[in-house]
Amino acid sequence: MKKEEQEKNDLGKAFFRKFNKEDGDEPKEKKNFWQSISIPALAILTGLLIGAILIVLTSPRVYEAFAQGFLTGIGTAFNEVYVSYKALLTGAFGDIGKIISALQSGTPHQIRVAINPILESLVVSTPYILTGLAVALGFRAGLFNIGVEGQLFIGAACATFVGYSIKGLPGFIHMPLALLAGMAGGAFWGFIPGFLKAKTGGHEVINTIMMNYIAFRLTEWLLTGPMTRQGAGSMPVSPVIEKSAEIPQFFPSPIRFHLGFFMALAAAWLIWWLLFKTTWGLNLRTVGTNPRAAKYAGLSTVKTTIMGMSLSGALAGMAGAVQTLAINRSMAIGLSSGYGFDSIALALIGNNHPLGVVLSSLLFGSLRNGATRMMVVSRIPIDIVSVIQAIILMLVAAPGIIQAIYHLKDLKTGDNKVFLSGWGGKA
Amino acid sequence: MRKKLVFIISLLLVASMALSACQKDAAPAVDQPVTEDKVKVCQITDTGGIDDKSFNATAWKGILDAEGSLGIEGKYLESQETADYEKNINSFIEDECDLIITVGFLIADATTAASAAYPDAKFSIVDYAFDPALPNVVGQIFETDEAAFLAGYLAAGVTKTGKVGTFGGMQIPTVTIFMDGFVKGVAKYNEVKGTNVEVLGWDVEKQEGLFTNSFDDQQKGRELAISLMDEGADIIMPVAGPVGIGAAAAIQERGGAYFIGVDADWALTNEKYADITLTSVMKLMDATTEAVIKSVIDGTFTGGNVVGTLANEGVALAPFHNLESLVTDEMKAELEQLKADIIAGVIVLD
Repeated sequence: MKKEEQEKNDLGKAFFRKFNKEDGDEPKEKKNFWQSISIPALAILTGLLIGAILIVLTSPRVYEAFAQGFLTGIGTAFNEVYVSYKALLTGAFGDIGKIISALQSGTPHQIRVAINPILESLVVSTPYILTGLAVALGFRAGLFNIGVEGQLFIGAACATFVGYSIKGLPGFIHMPLALLAGMAGGAFWGFIPGFLKAKTGGHEVINTIMMNYIAFRLTEWLLTGPMTRQGAGSMPVSPVIEKSAEIPQFFPSPIRFHLGFFMALAAAWLIWWLLFKTTWGLNLRTVGTNPRAAKYAGLSTVKTTIMGMSLSGALAGMAGAVQTLAINRSMAIGLSSGYGFDSIALALIGNNHPLGVVLSSLLFGSLRNGATRMMVVSRIPIDIVSVIQAIILMLVAAPGIIQAIYHLKDLKTGDNKVFLSGWGGKA
Repeated sequence: MRKKLVFIISLLLVASMALSACQKDAAPAVDQPVTEDKVKVCQITDTGGIDDKSFNATAWKGILDAEGSLGIEGKYLESQETADYEKNINSFIEDECDLIITVGFLIADATTAASAAYPDAKFSIVDYAFDPALPNVVGQIFETDEAAFLAGYLAAGVTKTGKVGTFGGMQIPTVTIFMDGFVKGVAKYNEVKGTNVEVLGWDVEKQEGLFTNSFDDQQKGRELAISLMDEGADIIMPVAGPVGIGAAAAIQERGGAYFIGVDADWALTNEKYADITLTSVMKLMDATTEAVIKSVIDGTFTGGNVVGTLANEGVALAPFHNLESLVTDEMKAELEQLKADIIAGVIVLD
């Protein structure tokens, strides 16, 4: 009797909390607006500062300069950091001086080169947005989908197959068809662990990790076997997709900006609408927050779990499809630089909110894109660049550190607890 | 007559002034930290990275050698995924590189696209040949089976257990060509000497064998080396880049077995294992890369493919270094003869 009563209480509390939060969200968010902007900004600044120290410490030129004298050393150190970060900035967003002189010159190619950086940042962000959404959706349903990487590979393989094997279709049918095939492939790869979780209780973390391995080896086999390119001497690379299956790029070389970016934004909007504006979304979030309470309220955790994992997989598959159809135009090993794993961090930084995911993906995409120019200009090895990126993400993800450093007021982080409840089972 | 001479001289003068003026104008327009008029050679690695102890690292060594010998400026960008190839090539085009070196068949598509989009740029791709050849790309390929053949013959002569082993990083032609040559070398030894030395890990007929499916997981190299030793192999040739380090470590720990390196001379590049490195099947991508750089400086650069062979020293068997004592003078003479036969076409590998 007592136990039942307690559960009833819990359920009431859970719903109460939910409704309270929904109501109270708006004004609170406004109040916290500046704080929610200032913390990431400070985190980025602090990350860059630590990164600057790393750049100086790892630059052989600085050591050479210090050997010549202390002042030369300091000067070189500052110059090194200045040159590197200027390159990071111009690499990610473009060089204003260059854009102006290109516009004055009026040469189309020069203009394209000048405005390319910021558009390229959007290109690099696109797969992060989609994979970030996949992870976030999983978290909202109380599922930790570590299988995004594998779902992305399967999605890319399916999209590639439809892209090159079907011939003679008009573009407005072929391209969406290939994209859908990619999403279906990813969804299927998410459905399996979702089904196992819902029906047998097999933990999705274990199963998605294992599904990753199956996906990697399966695509490798496909690329060297059934999907291999004729005349490539059994190299693991697929045939090039048909022109009609390509997601269009808007400008000629070197700009790679493509329709897929807007597809990713549309997906983000759709997920937001599904999660926060439909009953289905409310059910999903309720199951994610407290599965036992949801069950008690008569919601089907089985259906939600399977749907959540499948949809999450579809988004991951879409990421793979977009990368293939818009950028790579064929599939080869080395398709992903670990989108499925970086996206876990991006989803958490974005608080599992679609808008947050888009913003954190844009930040990470810009950082990654600008880093290329930084490596070209100041020859910082990619390893140092990755370390700087990791430090920035760590600081963005841990607002507590920034609050402590800059003595900021406590941020209301109640929402953070939602995603942790699913993973591990108990709130 | 005199008038004409004055006219020509003044014309030359004006022309040279105009040219030098152009140069001065061009220099500050480039918004780079001050760089001299060095030839800029830029390498794009595949996803293996610059320190892959394989073709990326060897091509980069060629650029570093050229920095010393030809006074060029070298740069590189590492790719983390397929989508980076085009992006990195574009970055180097923007950076006005005089020669862009791409590495591996994975970058072949991006190289083809870039060579068409930028016909004035010069490219060279390591370990890949375009057929038909592209006008502004030099493909570098290697008949590594010629050198691996010698290594196989040597291994068959040195083994005490009558078993030698090999494994690959991935079942792709640039890897299996080593294994093919190795097995054929052992077979040659058996044929000449009437022995029955066995090769574990690769079957030429069926094209089946042992692979780690990874070029970076050293633990897998270790595991395969241990199981090959358990099967009785006492000489192992891993064709898997840095994965071979794991195998070398396993061999050194157990003892009683030897190691054959690939791509570079492992006794020099991995000194830690010099005492167990019998020899290496060298694929001298640094030499061919340096040669392409030289052709850019000379102005003799033309598109096409270069093939590294024993004859032009694009591939070679490394010296025996610390294990010289294991190799008899008779064996050395036989290896020389085999090498001559391959060069002369008496022995044909296919």
